[in-house]
Amino acid sequence: MLTLLLITFPLLAALILFLAKSKTSKTIALALSVVEFIIALAAFGLYKHNPDACQLWFNVAWVQSLGIHFNVAINGMSLLMILLTTFLVPLIILSSFKNEYAKEYNFYGLIFVMQMALIGVFTANDGFLFYVFWELALIPIYFICLVWGGENRGAITFKFFVYTLFGSLFMLVGLIYLYNHTNVEGLKSWAINDLYTAGRSLTETQQSAVFWLIFIAFAIKMPIFPLHTWQPNTYVNAPTQGTMLLSGIMLKMGTFGVIKWLLPMVPLGLEKWGATAIGLSVVGIVYASCIAIVQKDYKRLIAYSSIAHVGLISAGILSANQQGIQGALMQMLAHGVSVIGLFLIADILLRHTGTRDVDKLGGIRSMNGNFALLFLIIILGAVALPLTNGFIGEFLLINGIYQFNAWAAAFAGLTVILGAVYMLRSYQNIMLGERKDSHIAFGSLASSDKWVLYIVVIVIIAFGVYPKPLNDIAEESVKQLMLNLK
Amino acid sequence: MINGISINYYLLLSTVLFIIGAVGVMARRNSIIIFMCIELMLNAVNLLLVSFSTLHNDASGQVFVFFIMAVAAAEVAVGLAILSMIYRNVKSIDTDLLSNLKK
Amino acid sequence: MIKLIALVPLFPLLGFLMNGFFGKKISKGLSGSIASLAILASFIVSVLAFIELQGSTQKENIINIFSWINSGTLQIPFEFLYDPLSSLFLLIITGIGFLIHVYSTGYMHDDEGFSRFFTYLNLFVFFMLLLVLGNNYLITFVGWEGVGLCSYLLIGFWFKNTAYNNAAKKAFIMNRIGDLGFLLGIILIYITFGSISYTEIFDKAGSVSPATITAIALLLFVGAMGKSAQLPLYTWLPDAMAGPTPVSALIHAATMVTAGVFIVVRSNVFYSLSEVASHTVAVVGVLTALFAATIGLLQNDIKKILAYSTVSQLGLMFLGLGVGAYSSAVFHVTTHAFFKALLFLGAGSVIHAMGGEQDIRKMGGLSGKIKITFITMLLGTIAISGIPPFSGFFSKDEILAHTYEHSKILWLLGMITSMLTAFYMFRMLFIVFFGKFRGTHAQEHHLHESPTSMTFPLIVLATLSVIGGVLGLPQFWGLPNWMHHNLDEVIKIKNPSILSHETEWKLMGLAVASAASVIYFAYTLFMKHKVLPAEKESQLKPWQKVIYNKYYVDEFFDIIIRKPLDAISTVFYKFLDLQIIDGIVNGVGTAVKSIGSIVRLAQQGNIGFYIISMVMGIVFIVLLTFLVK
Repeated sequence: MLTLLLITFPLLAALILFLAKSKTSKTIALALSVVEFIIALAAFGLYKHNPDACQLWFNVAWVQSLGIHFNVAINGMSLLMILLTTFLVPLIILSSFKNEYAKEYNFYGLIFVMQMALIGVFTANDGFLFYVFWELALIPIYFICLVWGGENRGAITFKFFVYTLFGSLFMLVGLIYLYNHTNVEGLKSWAINDLYTAGRSLTETQQSAVFWLIFIAFAIKMPIFPLHTWQPNTYVNAPTQGTMLLSGIMLKMGTFGVIKWLLPMVPLGLEKWGATAIGLSVVGIVYASCIAIVQKDYKRLIAYSSIAHVGLISAGILSANQQGIQGALMQMLAHGVSVIGLFLIADILLRHTGTRDVDKLGGIRSMNGNFALLFLIIILGAVALPLTNGFIGEFLLINGIYQFNAWAAAFAGLTVILGAVYMLRSYQNIMLGERKDSHIAFGSLASSDKWVLYIVVIVIIAFGVYPKPLNDIAEESVKQLMLNLK
Repeated sequence: MINGISINYYLLLSTVLFIIGAVGVMARRNSIIIFMCIELMLNAVNLLLVSFSTLHNDASGQVFVFFIMAVAAAEVAVGLAILSMIYRNVKSIDTDLLSNLKK
Repeated sequence: MIKLIALVPLFPLLGFLMNGFFGKKISKGLSGSIASLAILASFIVSVLAFIELQGSTQKENIINIFSWINSGTLQIPFEFLYDPLSSLFLLIITGIGFLIHVYSTGYMHDDEGFSRFFTYLNLFVFFMLLLVLGNNYLITFVGWEGVGLCSYLLIGFWFKNTAYNNAAKKAFIMNRIGDLGFLLGIILIYITFGSISYTEIFDKAGSVSPATITAIALLLFVGAMGKSAQLPLYTWLPDAMAGPTPVSALIHAATMVTAGVFIVVRSNVFYSLSEVASHTVAVVGVLTALFAATIGLLQNDIKKILAYSTVSQLGLMFLGLGVGAYSSAVFHVTTHAFFKALLFLGAGSVIHAMGGEQDIRKMGGLSGKIKITFITMLLGTIAISGIPPFSGFFSKDEILAHTYEHSKILWLLGMITSMLTAFYMFRMLFIVFFGKFRGTHAQEHHLHESPTSMTFPLIVLATLSVIGGVLGLPQFWGLPNWMHHNLDEVIKIKNPSILSHETEWKLMGLAVASAASVIYFAYTLFMKHKVLPAEKESQLKPWQKVIYNKYYVDEFFDIIIRKPLDAISTVFYKFLDLQIIDGIVNGVGTAVKSIGSIVRLAQQGNIGFYIISMVMGIVFIVLLTFLVK
């Protein structure tokens, strides 16, 4: 029931916002999102107490004749993703306090619809339901980008929508193919375990086909090189909160999908094509890092750095070992938090100075040292300095990739160096040195911005020093998954 | 068959009626005539249904015909209403003039 | 006290937090005192623990703090190892750290970032202590990257200066190149041994394939090359002199840069087992030593001279490590920490007196004006030049003796390096402290001895530089070599000296004689003939120019790495990403659109045409079904 509540509460929140059309939608949205986070914490407590509690799953028949069930459940992995989602949404809403959006009740309502769909994606245990939530998540973000985006949003949002939809259709074909191979006492089934069984019974060629059909959808969502070109433009043009949703949470749908919906389903396909996919991921890391080095727009720079990070996560997952997948989970959490901070910083820069151009900014540190410090810590999290949360994931990821192939790990590890290059270079250009443009003034931060950054920074350090609460769940759930992989 | 007339004649008549209807729809531009030709085609099919119904001693063919006639009557009402609306707007019922969808 | 060893890093951490949160609100005096007292407290705990360890038979003490990262078979506790090696490093870090903190309260007194400086400095000490205390490679790595961060922050301490910022960034990035190697080394250790704890893996190393051991040793050495500024990753260290002078003394001379030596000594089993790796270490070490020493000959910035000297001395330490003289290398780390910290602090005192001037051509004749600084620096210079019975003599001699038994060529190169060292150090001393004053009148007027907070550390360090040699007296003199004995437990595979006493005497005599003659040569050159460095670069001979410009190594890196990286990145972005990949994506869209616009022609809006095509289509399908049958 708790799971159902987690899914329905955001929907309720969205309805409240849509219908009330209140002038204080911001505050209402924040309060509602905090309530949702508390529900998630309750689920967390319950899970720690008893991972098999019946509160954590919900299953009713939906379309009986087709074997479709409304089957949602929380396990370790989905719990982590839910915690991430419910933790980030309040931050995202808080970060928007200084932005004025027309008809903001719709804006916040859509964020909640998005949250519902995301939690649905993370909890669905039925292939059909998973697909429904997967596509549902696209609709609110489409409107958020289309209505409140920057200039040229029409064409860019259209490309984003069509591109991801195009990818998802491959997944639908793959899932239907698997569905047609299920056989539970003569009936077909969409249940995830039956799909696993069906996938495993296929021949290598069939599994390879299914692998690519499903992987393409996930790869576009993440995105993996060379399917990434929708991403930078969309990130840059979306409103800051939209970008945060996209990169902080929605990107994780892809990586989460690979872990839950791909790895256990087609082991032979993975064996045959995993190396190729890892190759693409690893090439993407270096490729995107290099591109990030020459970016002038700070938001675009982060967009490319996000591609590099997700390449590492994807390579770790596909190496299909304990450290790789666990590292991926930890890195997904870490990346979600730090990328929110980074995009907020890009937004703050734009709001305070009117530009995000790295070359035009400069000397902000001497105007606002506090901001400089927060910025620096978030950057350190992003370049995975030890004792920040980014390090745990990155170390495990490179470890996992190394077990797959030492050279791939060395190549992927270049992110350690290149990440430092583009992050420090841009930090130096923006914050240090003398003011390049004397018109640019930088006053103190708004308290809402400050709070978001403080929370982000605290989380970055706290879970870098003591990752155990989350890491234990990740370890345990990956152990379970590994049993499925063998 | 009925009074010794072979089924082939019914088929032939029905086919001829249908072709007349089809050619009329294709060749004419006056909406009313096209409309009548559509009715002609429907009736050709009706005739065929009734003939086979009698041939096989199966009433369902005739049931279909009743349905078709009822629907056709409703369709005429709606169709003629649309035509009169078109005439009111375009001052003509020439189908070649109705190509606004192209734009 | 050993049980409470976690206090040692805890105090600087507390100092860091207090200064970090309240530093701006409290007075400079309080801020400096908090920071210094934190380190002093750590030092006291370290000393007590050290005494306890010396009296104890239990040499390896593991102190578990909490469980940090668990992933299947990979268990990484946050755990400290207190053994003779870490105990010695703790003393060096906290002891010299404390002196430098005291010195900084004087040196940084007029700086507006006073409390920020001490915040960073405390944080640095904290990370450095983690580095040496960790009981597994990952804790060491935490400290390793942490000190890199502090080094970044402190080099770029004056953040308005773009050149300083560039130096800081360069240091961080070059260190990260090494760190990647280190990280891969750690992972390979885990994969090979199933653990990365120091106390668990070294005993098993004998049964692992030599190729793997070599790979591990070399990967770890890549990390050491970055952190300890060895060829080819050394260029950041001279640039790092952009930071305040106490930072150069603490981080870039006494402690952080010796982390590479520490990690090799910690992992000495791997190097003893792999000849390839140990040879690489020795060769890289000696080449670095020689290379940096030659550059040091022609530098004019007092701190740059010392920086190249540091690189060179570090090279010498690695030479020692490469030939299996681990305890000698640690000995040299210790004595080097004494005299190089002294020299840097002395240089700081000179710069302080000169009002920020760092160019030795503008100095001269300072010996009378700043006596304490002069005398302490003189002692330090003698120590680094290898004149008995000063500390540097003993440690350097041990390394060279071991090298001699290993390879005559390496020994010869090492000898040349130490002769060059003696030369450029005395060149600096003579030019700075003797002759006529060459600065401006304002500077001459400004000349003054530094406050006690600065001279006190100089005196302590000078004393240590003089007597530090007792830690490792030569065994063939029949004296106890405490250093060697102390590290007995840490060095698993022994490498006893095979030289005869006679040879050792000869080597020692040769070293002393050569150092003395080089100093005399420097004396005649700079004191008698009063030769001064060229005022302008154009006055240099071509070969001097090459050396003066550090063999154009920076330019070389610029051409082969930085510029291509930028160029490739631009090509990736402008051409590959925007044109090709996105071009293909957009191409698909355009293709669909253009096909659509062709097919669209059929949709001309003529109802008659639609009907005809429909009927034709039906007829066609009907005919097709008949014909196909």
